[in-house]
Amino acid sequence: MDDLADLYQEIILAHNKRPHNEGILDPRTHDAEGYNPLCGDRLVIHARQDPAGKLEAVQFSGEGCAISRASASMMTDAVKGLSGDELRKKAQQILEYLTAREAPPALDLAEYGDLAALSGVRKFPARIKCATLAWHTLLAALAGKEQVSTEEA
Amino acid sequence: MVEAPPIMDVDTVRAQFPILSRSVNGKPLVYLDNAATTQKPQAVIDTVSHFYAHENANIHRGVHYLSMNATDAYDRARATIARALNAEFEQEIIFTRGTTESINLVAHSFGARLQPGDEILITKLEHHANIVPWQILAEERGLTLRWADVTPSGEVDLDSFQSLLSEKTKLAAFNHVSNALGTINPVKEMTRLAKAAGATVLVDGAQGPPHLLVDVRDIGCDFYALSGHKVFGPDGIGVLYGRHELLETMPPYQGGGDMIERVTMEKTTFRGLPERFEAGTPNISGAIGLGAAFDYLQSLGWEEFHAHEQALLKRATERLSEIKGLTIHGTAPEKVAVVSFTMDGIHPHDIGTILDTRGVAIRAGHHCTQPLMTHFGFTGTARASFAFYNTLAEVDQLVEAIQVVHQYFS
Ligand SMILES: Cc1ncc(COP(=O)(O)O)c(C=O)c1O
Repeated sequence: MDDLADLYQEIILAHNKRPHNEGILDPRTHDAEGYNPLCGDRLVIHARQDPAGKLEAVQFSGEGCAISRASASMMTDAVKGLSGDELRKKAQQILEYLTAREAPPALDLAEYGDLAALSGVRKFPARIKCATLAWHTLLAALAGKEQVSTEEA
Repeated sequence: MVEAPPIMDVDTVRAQFPILSRSVNGKPLVYLDNAATTQKPQAVIDTVSHFYAHENANIHRGVHYLSMNATDAYDRARATIARALNAEFEQEIIFTRGTTESINLVAHSFGARLQPGDEILITKLEHHANIVPWQILAEERGLTLRWADVTPSGEVDLDSFQSLLSEKTKLAAFNHVSNALGTINPVKEMTRLAKAAGATVLVDGAQGPPHLLVDVRDIGCDFYALSGHKVFGPDGIGVLYGRHELLETMPPYQGGGDMIERVTMEKTTFRGLPERFEAGTPNISGAIGLGAAFDYLQSLGWEEFHAHEQALLKRATERLSEIKGLTIHGTAPEKVAVVSFTMDGIHPHDIGTILDTRGVAIRAGHHCTQPLMTHFGFTGTARASFAFYNTLAEVDQLVEAIQVVHQYFS
């Protein structure tokens, strides 16, 4: 029961219901489609970098479960204004936080805010890919890849 | 007055399936993922373990006692399955790894005779296992793949099916029962229509024998494919039934030991049926276990079995229909006990995860039927699929678990 309450924290449910930055960003410099062949869900990430490589805005579209939508929504908030290096560092920390075999590195709440609510996903191994999809897709978009699948990551 | 069918003693039946008494996530297991795989009765488990403990040897190779004994047991399993499906000859039962391999065998060995411009007719209701082999074959040989439509209730649209048949149709392939929606297809009628057009017919029977008595000669099909693990038998074993006149004209599927008559450096001649299609050491314990599964099924009274499953379907359909915001997909009048559903604004995976914490195992996703899901305009459904060992109380547990979904997502 408590595991479930941990997974579907208020913050996650709120982001799922009223996601931030859902839509097709225009204008944009990068797009990529993240695909989960196991469930058939598709998440598209749209991003705009300024000439210096700073992320001006990120939006997402597509279909997904509560976890993947909430994760995408929170990510779009968290990455705004980051340089390419900062983004890669943050993505790596989040991905490690979600997938580390042993106890995950603690996330600094002040820095990560809502994203820390993803902690409950770790107890549901079948759902971890739902949470990582947005991040993999954003990294792929910025690397100039148009498609990425949960089964290659 | 019509006599009511005898009532199945579900408790006694459940006691024969050891896994059904375990718990999951601290709750008694409610196993409603039978379309993915079924649980195994003690009789099957014992047969397989007895084989390894007392009878293990390779078949067809030895002059020694154990080998001859294992060969006998393997052949007896074939005979049991031939009788269960009402095949004319035992040699018409080819052991494979499962439905997927059975279909691929036909695509390879029957497909070898198809010519550019020939057509294969399937339906939008198919599992990927009955789509992808034909797409690959069509690509290789320049064939056209045609898709019969489905109706809003999830049945094959027979007018569409019939209108796509022509003298170009060399093969029609369709499932007996839809794994995604539970629809029982009128396979006898579809076979008749396809044969009238001159086509060869393959029935994907993965979901047939778990719920229905199958008579391949009554259906009239040329091929019938099934998987052991879906009929309460082991995994890694399955069957391709093929009409012997047709099998005899088909080239081998794989080359190797056991399927040859004589090998010289210049040329090899092949054995007859069924060995020609069973290269290499087969899944011997699996075949024997599958024979035990069919024996077990036959020990259950068919009428009670059928009536019980239909009662489960009725109760599940009624109770789920009462839930606000829940839509059942697949409302054909002829169905097995499978209920596929979606809930407004709630993703099937979230439903699956929440049900799992209540011990209720269902499947969430596209069920390997993406063209069907796309046709209906969603990426997936939640699916509760029942077997004869499920109880009416478990339907209620499913419904209670769905109430928890509402607690989180309302
Ligand atoms: C209708 C249908 N066809 C084919 C298959 C493939 O069976 P297997 O994976 O056992 O080869 C399945 C399994 O889900 C099925 O339900």
